[in-house]
Amino acid sequence: MDLAYLWFFIVGFLFVGYFVLDGFDFGVGMSLPFLGKDDIGRRQIINTIGPVWDLNETWVIVAGACLFAAFPEWYATLFSGFYLPLLLILLALIARGVSFEYRHQRDSLRWKRGFDTMIVVGSAVPALLWGVAVANIVQGVPLDADHEFTGSLLTLLNPYGLLGGLTTLLLFFTHGVYFVALKTDGQVAADARRLAGRAGLLTVVVAAAFLVWTVGMAFGEGRDLALVTAVLAAVAAVLLIASWISNARGREGWAFGFGAFTIVTAVLAVWFALFPYVMPSTTDPAGALTIENASSTDYTLTIMSWAALVFLPLVLAYQGWTYWVFRKRISRTRIERAAATAH
Amino acid sequence: MDLLDPLLLARWQFGLTTLYHFLFVPLTLGMALTVAIFQTAWFRTGNAKWLHLTRFFGKIFLINFAMGVVTGIVQEFQFGMNWSAYSRFVGDVFGAPLAFEGLMAFFFEATFIGLWIFGWDKLPRALHLASIWIATIGAWFSAYFILAANAFMQNPVGYQMAEDGSRAEMTDFLAVLTNPVAVAALPHTLFAAFMMTAGVIISVSAWHLLRRRNVEMMRSSLRYGLWGMIVAFAGVAISGDQLGLVMVATQPMKMAAAEAMFNSACGADASFSIFTLGTPDGSSELFSIRIPYLLSFLSTHTLDGCVEGINDLNMQYTAELFPQFADQLDGNFAPILWVTYWSFRWMIGLGGVAALTAVVGLWLTRKKARREVPAWAWKLAIWAWPASLFAILVGWIFTEMGRQPWIVFGLMLTEDGVSPSVPGWTVLISLVAFTLIYAILAVVEVGLIVKTAQKGPDPLPGPDDPDAGDVPLDQTPTTVY
Repeated sequence: MDLAYLWFFIVGFLFVGYFVLDGFDFGVGMSLPFLGKDDIGRRQIINTIGPVWDLNETWVIVAGACLFAAFPEWYATLFSGFYLPLLLILLALIARGVSFEYRHQRDSLRWKRGFDTMIVVGSAVPALLWGVAVANIVQGVPLDADHEFTGSLLTLLNPYGLLGGLTTLLLFFTHGVYFVALKTDGQVAADARRLAGRAGLLTVVVAAAFLVWTVGMAFGEGRDLALVTAVLAAVAAVLLIASWISNARGREGWAFGFGAFTIVTAVLAVWFALFPYVMPSTTDPAGALTIENASSTDYTLTIMSWAALVFLPLVLAYQGWTYWVFRKRISRTRIERAAATAH
Repeated sequence: MDLLDPLLLARWQFGLTTLYHFLFVPLTLGMALTVAIFQTAWFRTGNAKWLHLTRFFGKIFLINFAMGVVTGIVQEFQFGMNWSAYSRFVGDVFGAPLAFEGLMAFFFEATFIGLWIFGWDKLPRALHLASIWIATIGAWFSAYFILAANAFMQNPVGYQMAEDGSRAEMTDFLAVLTNPVAVAALPHTLFAAFMMTAGVIISVSAWHLLRRRNVEMMRSSLRYGLWGMIVAFAGVAISGDQLGLVMVATQPMKMAAAEAMFNSACGADASFSIFTLGTPDGSSELFSIRIPYLLSFLSTHTLDGCVEGINDLNMQYTAELFPQFADQLDGNFAPILWVTYWSFRWMIGLGGVAALTAVVGLWLTRKKARREVPAWAWKLAIWAWPASLFAILVGWIFTEMGRQPWIVFGLMLTEDGVSPSVPGWTVLISLVAFTLIYAILAVVEVGLIVKTAQKGPDPLPGPDDPDAGDVPLDQTPTTVY
């Protein structure tokens, strides 16, 4: 059953990848009302993620599929138990995805405004709810002996869950604003740096509270790797502050880099706090899902491990290369030129 | 009927979201190839016509692709949301092809599509061309893994039951991937997707030619579409025949249901009915048009073969094969017959009509044609799009409704796969939400595709104004958000 432990971390890696990548997509989307003063500015912001939002979102599909394949019990309990939040996430992702594609198709301000709203809401809802979901997974939910969720939507909206949601919302927001600062020029970039400075402070406070609570809970519940969680949480806090300082000093590349690693370490801190469970039970202890009792057979995991071993490095290589191809800033003039030729 | 029955609602939701997702999938599979072929033609000949067609059909492809992506996430999530018992039962087998799809196919597709859309002025020409081919092949691999997962539901192979009977456990991944159903369904689905894409291209080209717009380009795309339709139909027919043989061997009840045939029949009596009028309850027929021997030929490739009927199969399933499920089903293992019967006929009928129309179209637009193509022929050709889309949809309705009452043939009933912890009203909320958002998006989507299709490609530069714009077309992104 050793491979199940490996897959606990591969699935974790995939979710970390998803939160880092789609995280700044969400932040970019949410920043529209703050940074997009006119249509050209808004298009500048949206085009920073134009070539990559789709591949970023693909990470959740792969993470979900690997969760299904490696831990069917976890997948089944989690997705049926967190039904309504996941439904909202799905609807938001649908609205957001089509809005990128549709908003520029007509030269009407009302049309564009409508899709801008959908981008903002469609980015904020998943940014909030993923945090609620992850926090509830770590904290545990009521499960019966058949591993079925026995709570309701209100069960998930507890203080720790909501703080988790607020944390991802702010983390992703700031992370996205760093990205806008890094990938645009002129007024938008300058505004983004200022906004990131203010949002960053609030993020530091909220994220610190969440991380402290998480560390406390991990020790309180006697989770095996609580010490690792504590170390990672401390690193995450340092990185978060480093990103804020970098931004204040006008080093947006460093700010974005530190921001990305803040998310990596923060999600890992939560992931380690979960170990060796995948879904603790707050009611029937027999209902708890662990890495061992939720996983697939060794045969399945062996095959999956080979696939991951070969393809994950390849995926990282060509996606990294994609970011390099599109490394240039999205300038205002470029959008103005495109707008002139299109209509 | 209980309106808050989670099973009924979950089934409707799966049917709705799956069919809706599949509105976009075939066009993605086929149009990616078309765009790749057009761009290759431009790359090799340098003829601007092909560049303009690449970009034109590329735009239609992208509007469609976005919807395919976002509705696809729903598919993966709802196995866990609505069908958690099923997910627990098959996850060890069924999850692996989905994970492979993500790791080996979908990542490629999503990444290289982005590179293609925005990389015109950033990548060397050959690499840019390669990116659309990689995306195309990624999409096909994606289709293959999904079909392999689906094939396990139709014909479970490569597994054993866990000692406590709680789940199916994979024993042979190669067997899962080479499931005869998947092997036959892959070419059938891909060729059908090409037929549908050809239908779109014929439709769009005919609309422009009727109005004498972009004649040079649209004639080229029309001929491509007509030839593509005929070649793809041949592929669909051959692979469909193979799929039929596999179906008779693995799911004989589905074949009996396709024909709504209650009693086993041999030779001339194993006839294929083109049309049947039955009594309202479907228990006996009033009128039918039949082709003798055809069903025997389709099922066994011989004229004197025997085809099992629903009654005999029910007895056999109840007594020998699946006695443990007989009580739960009152001994009836057949799907809803009017659905299987008519979806099977509409699939074959529309496919055949589409291919015939393409032959006529090639004749009317041949180089030596003396008469102009009459307006009614163009108008008729515009219907190629909806007709081919309908054909491929009813094909899947047949496949999935014909699998009922099983969620995994022989192993698990659909009614046992539903999430036990999700109340009916929760499923109702999501069904209503998906129906609403999908309906709104359908209106927007159709409007945008039609608008883009009618606007047509960028006009070819005339002899006097060689490329009037300041940035050449092959240096601007396909679309700028």
